Amino acid sequence: MQLDRRMFYHFDWTVFVLTIAIALIGLVSVLSASYTGPNRPLHPLVVRQIIWIAAGGIAMAAMVAFDYRALGSYAYPFYIATVGMLVAVSVVGHATGGSRRWIHLGALSFEPSELAKLAVILVMVRYLREEPPRGGLRMRHVAIPCLLLAIPAVLVLKQPDLGTMLTLCLIFVTLIFAGGLNLRTFGILALGVMLIAPMGWHYMKPYQRGRVMSFLNPQSDPLGAGYHVIQSEIAVGSGGSWGKGFLQGTQSRLNFLPEQTTDFIFSVFAEEFGFAGSILLLALYAGLVGRGLFIARHARDRFGSLLALGLTAMIFWQSAINISMATGLLPVVGIPLPLVSYGGSSLIALMASMGLLISINTRRYLF
Amino acid sequence: MPILGRRRQNRAVPKLEPRLAVLTALMLAALSAVAVRLYYLQIINTQELTELADRNRIRTRRVPAPRGLVYDRRHRPLIDTRPSFDAVMVPEDAGNLPRTINSLEHYLGEDHVIDKLNEAKDQGRAPFDAIAVKERLTWDQVVAVEAHQLELPGVSLQVTPRRRYLYGSMAAHLLGYVGEVSERDLTQLAGYHLGDEVGKFGLERGWEGALRGTAGGQEMEVDSVGRRLRLLKEVPEAPGQSVVLTLDLDLQEVAEQSLGGRSGAVIAIDPNNGDILAMASHPTFDPNQFAGGIAAADWRQLSNDPGHPLEDRVISAAYPPGSTFKIVDTVAGMSEGTLTPSTTYNCAGGIWFGNREYRCWRKQGHGTLAYHRALVESCDVYFYDVGQRLGIDRIAHWGHLLGLGADSGIELDNERPGVMPSTEWKRKRYHERWYPAETLSVAIGQGYVAVTPIQLAQMVAQVANNGVRYKPHFVHEIEGLDGRVIKAYPPEIEANVAIDPKTLQALHDAMADVVEAPNGTAHKDRLNGIVMCGKTGTAQVIKQAQGERIKEEKLPERYRDHAWFVAYAPKEHPMIAVACIVEHGGHGGSAAAPVVHDIMEKFFQLNPPPPESGPGPGLTKASAGRIAER
Repeated sequence: MQLDRRMFYHFDWTVFVLTIAIALIGLVSVLSASYTGPNRPLHPLVVRQIIWIAAGGIAMAAMVAFDYRALGSYAYPFYIATVGMLVAVSVVGHATGGSRRWIHLGALSFEPSELAKLAVILVMVRYLREEPPRGGLRMRHVAIPCLLLAIPAVLVLKQPDLGTMLTLCLIFVTLIFAGGLNLRTFGILALGVMLIAPMGWHYMKPYQRGRVMSFLNPQSDPLGAGYHVIQSEIAVGSGGSWGKGFLQGTQSRLNFLPEQTTDFIFSVFAEEFGFAGSILLLALYAGLVGRGLFIARHARDRFGSLLALGLTAMIFWQSAINISMATGLLPVVGIPLPLVSYGGSSLIALMASMGLLISINTRRYLF
Repeated sequence: MPILGRRRQNRAVPKLEPRLAVLTALMLAALSAVAVRLYYLQIINTQELTELADRNRIRTRRVPAPRGLVYDRRHRPLIDTRPSFDAVMVPEDAGNLPRTINSLEHYLGEDHVIDKLNEAKDQGRAPFDAIAVKERLTWDQVVAVEAHQLELPGVSLQVTPRRRYLYGSMAAHLLGYVGEVSERDLTQLAGYHLGDEVGKFGLERGWEGALRGTAGGQEMEVDSVGRRLRLLKEVPEAPGQSVVLTLDLDLQEVAEQSLGGRSGAVIAIDPNNGDILAMASHPTFDPNQFAGGIAAADWRQLSNDPGHPLEDRVISAAYPPGSTFKIVDTVAGMSEGTLTPSTTYNCAGGIWFGNREYRCWRKQGHGTLAYHRALVESCDVYFYDVGQRLGIDRIAHWGHLLGLGADSGIELDNERPGVMPSTEWKRKRYHERWYPAETLSVAIGQGYVAVTPIQLAQMVAQVANNGVRYKPHFVHEIEGLDGRVIKAYPPEIEANVAIDPKTLQALHDAMADVVEAPNGTAHKDRLNGIVMCGKTGTAQVIKQAQGERIKEEKLPERYRDHAWFVAYAPKEHPMIAVACIVEHGGHGGSAAAPVVHDIMEKFFQLNPPPPESGPGPGLTKASAGRIAER
């Protein structure tokens, strides 16, 4: 690896600034969501989030310096290692809140499911980097990618982590569409999923069914499953135009919001900073997604394009679904708000991903 | 084949760039949709959602105001409001719940704690709401709970204002009682909430507005599980206003004692202004039973008691007035000119009218007598003649002028007007003409005529006060917390009937001799040194067969006659008028007159009449001395 002066001329400041800005909004929100009153020491969550942002910064820098083209050869080993960890987590993993998601390595613990997103992106990009055949990818071409998705997806679903499973599927669909899926095949697959979906209902856990039911009618069970959606909408809406002010959100302060440092952190931010703050955050995401897609379209090679698309899709799907869920547009699924929700594994993985995105854009001038 | 061939030619390699463009459009469109949603929630719907957020975090708690005090006319408290202790429990704070419940049941000596907790749970209690597990603790229970706080986590004592009737059942019907507001009341009364206390009966009900006060409130900020975090706003409660009654505690006590265990009623009124000085109805009840909720069993017992303890006999029970009605005969006869003090009639123990003999109570008859002796000895035959000369309608006319057959106007519920019959009344009521023989019965206070004790007291007060009758009232004034008078109740003249002074003189003289003269029917119960004017009466319970007079003592008690006595004193410048009925007490002179005597005696002990009204020098001196002492 060589450091080229051109790397500094062509460094992608847009992605960098947007990433840091969103991460700082995240820090503010985590601080607010964990705030217990004046004259109290900073909550340990906040301290850890600061450390992780710093660690994420280092990971991002490392990825900027990394030649993404080399990733192609790491794709399958990385994929296999990740699947191995997902299997391990289901055996020896540490359970929190009824699901096994964590692996402890000494003092460190992390969620392999965060790595699974990157693994699926890499292995799909690796698979799709060859030009598709005439007429696009047909059923026989997508069989192997489907299998590659299914293994981590099923393992993640078993944890159970419906949100990550959904994210994996959506990233997969995005990539395979861009990678040249035959449109008729796409239609048939979509139809198939729609037919299978009701069967999925049969295999859902009761709480997951409850979430879907309460999404369809939140008032049906206002103190049960619908509670979270209603309280979140109240938090967001009561923020008004300019918000209640930093640390002034009553919905979060008085614990009316569920999972307020992770899944519902958007509601915390929206309550305190109002429409102005929410739109700003949404604009930052839109900027990041737009820039990511720009990078995808201008990358030098197909591998770079698809990789940039995969990373962008990860940001897009998670942020769009998370905010939709917090505002009652979608049923509650446990998907964190990227770069904002509390959580080390996710933050570091995402910042590293943004580093890769910068790397892709920077390197189109280098070769 | 050409179609297929064309297709094959059209099968190109899908390009990456256009698909990326499509994805870009889709993704930015999706984020825009989210922006629209945010606009909807945070700009359009913000007001409604802000209210919901406030409703989430703010709990209001009503703090009931202590009800106002009630005093007698000398400012001695009759009803007050005292803190009462309830044991309340927050199960969330109880630690080991079964053990805490066990200890609590042990210290309270009760085992309903678990039931109360389950009851509250069934009623959808919010988390961290305190549950009242035992109300109105005894002092021993308070001490036990206080002393064992460490063994009773989550248990605390809550202070609630509780109504206390200091003299128990004394004047219970007048004072009334309070109870928890019913769901039916809630639909009719504004500003009441479930669990509030409301006056249900008597003064408590009638003066609810003044006594109640204004409840205060606290706005607390709570978290999602209902823990109270801080006080946002507090509106202090305003205690109710005090009511000063015209009632005299000492007189009331005498009235209650004197009636004792017998059924009956007594009322004492100041004829000069309508002040009710004492008012008792027996059997009675203890309003303290109602304060803080009456047990269902107690309520059943009270309402099913054959003695009707909840009925205020003073205003709600109508009895035949018996010979007390001869006062009406007198006023009517002399005013109409059919009777003069010198009118004489021969009583041979009875007269024949139609085909029936109407007897005098004195079997052997009174011989020839004039008005004075006729009233003093209560000769029935004499007054048959008076009635016959008048006719029922002239009697009814004067009866009405003296307040019979109509509500007295006292501000209590459930007053009954009684009956003052007339030809018109009978036509309306029975669609029948009036038979002259019926006039004879009415003339001696039997037959259709029925009066309440308060009506008779008012009638006596009116003749004592030369035809002026005041509206009876028992509230003297309403006082604020600082003792300032907020509302006074000045006397109101209900009726002013012009009665010839000569008529009044004859009546007063005769009534005086009912008590003072040796042949008077109430001679035994005269006062020492003050001339009391009275009239006895006997209200028949069963019609006795002609020519038959069974000795009272031989009859079972429930068939014995009711005894009436009405009186006022002193004869000159009357200060008090009393009516008393003792149910099944036999002759008026024997049962009711002593009650009136006791009240009068107490009254003049407390309020010595001015010297000139005393008949003899001895009393004049004595009262002068008492007045000087003041």
